[in-house]
Amino acid sequence: MERIPILRMGNLLLVTIQVDMHDRLALTLQDDLTTQIERTAAKGVLLDISALDVVDSFIGRIIANLSRMARILDARTVVVGMRPAVAITLVELGLSLQGVETALDVERGMRLLRRPPTPEPLRADHHD
Amino acid sequence: MTTPHTRLADIVKTARQPLLEGWLANLREALGDGRIANAELTHQATDLLNLITAALESGTDIQGDGWTATRQMLEEISRSRAVQGFSWTETAMFVFSLKKALFTEVRRALGSDAEALAEATWQSNVVVDALGMHTIQTFQRSREGIILRQQEELLELSTPVVTLWDGILALPMIGTLDSSRTQVVMESLLQRIVDSGSEVAIIDITGVPTVDTLVAQHLLKTVTAIRLMGADCIISGIRPQIAQTIVHLGIDLRGVTTKASLADALAVAFDRSGLTVVKRHAS
Repeated sequence: MERIPILRMGNLLLVTIQVDMHDRLALTLQDDLTTQIERTAAKGVLLDISALDVVDSFIGRIIANLSRMARILDARTVVVGMRPAVAITLVELGLSLQGVETALDVERGMRLLRRPPTPEPLRADHHD
Repeated sequence: MTTPHTRLADIVKTARQPLLEGWLANLREALGDGRIANAELTHQATDLLNLITAALESGTDIQGDGWTATRQMLEEISRSRAVQGFSWTETAMFVFSLKKALFTEVRRALGSDAEALAEATWQSNVVVDALGMHTIQTFQRSREGIILRQQEELLELSTPVVTLWDGILALPMIGTLDSSRTQVVMESLLQRIVDSGSEVAIIDITGVPTVDTLVAQHLLKTVTAIRLMGADCIISGIRPQIAQTIVHLGIDLRGVTTKASLADALAVAFDRSGLTVVKRHAS
C-alpha cells in the first residue's frame, strides 16, 4: 500500500509529501505519524508540502489536525514550503490553520524548531 | 436585368460624382470643424464609395462575400475613430450621411416611377443601415478592447512588489482595493515571497483612500496566506481616520502587526531579521 515516508533526524521527524494527497493516504499518514512520534519521542515534526499543488478542505483539515495531534504528544509541527496557490485556496476555504507554525523552506523550518518555542501572545486564540 | 439591387447598383455607378459630392457636403455639415483633415475625409469617402459601388453588384446582403472589402474598410475606419476618441454619433454619421445623398440620386434617376422609387429607396436604406450598424459594432468592440487593455495596464501598474532589503519585501498599495485587484496583488506578492525567500512582507496602505469591511477582509486574507506560507506580514501606513473606521466597523486585526508608517514597519522587519541600523560616528 502507498505510504508517505517519515524520516527521523535526531529528535525531529521529516515528512515530505511528494505525491497527490488523497483522503485515504492522509488518514494513513495521520496514523503513522502519531505512532512514530510516540515511538521515537520526537520533539518536532517538519511537514514539507512544497510538492503539494492541490488541496481541498479535507486535506486542509488533516494538516491542521496533524499539528494539533503532534502538540498533544509534545511535538511541535512546522508546515514548510506551502505554495502560493495552496495558501490562497486554504484562505478562500476559510482554513487559516490557527496555531500551526509555518516556514518558507525546510532549512528555515529546521532553524525554527531548534529555537526554543516562543509563546505567541498575538495568536493566542487557538480555536478554528 | 431589373432586379432591385442591380438597379440600385446602376444608379450608384452612373451618379457616382454627384453622390460623392452630396455625401461630402453632408459629412462636412455633420462633423463640423476640421477634426479630420478634409483631404483624408475625401479620400476615405471616395474609397468607400468605390467599394460600395463594386459590392452592390453582388447584392444587398452586406454579410455576403461581395462585401468583404467594404466591411474591412469600415472596420478599419471605425477602429481608427475609436482610437482617436471620436464619439458614437460622429463615427456613425460617417456612414449615415451617405443616406441623404443616395436618396437624392435615387429620386433623380427614378423620378416618376413610384414603385421602383420606393423599392430602390428601401434597398438603399437597408444597405446604409446595415453598413452603419456594422460600423458601430466594430466601434464598440474597439472601445471595449481599449477599456479592457487599460484595465489590465492599471492592474499591472498598481501592484509593484519592491525589495526593501535582503529578505524584506514591500507592497505599496495605491487606490481602492476590490476583489480582482486584491487577487492579483496577493498572487504577485506570494510569488515574490517564494522566489526571493523573503521572510517579512510589508503591505503599505498609505495610498488606499478608504477601508471598509470588504477591503479589510481582503487584507486579512492576504495576511493569512502569507503566514501560511511561512513568512511574516506587517501592515503599515494606517492613517488616523482609517484606524477609527476599522475600530468602528468592529474589524478584528488581532494577530496582525500594524504600524502607522512604513519606517516603523521597516524597523520591525529589521528587528525580526536580526539586523540593526547604526549611525556612523562623525570622525
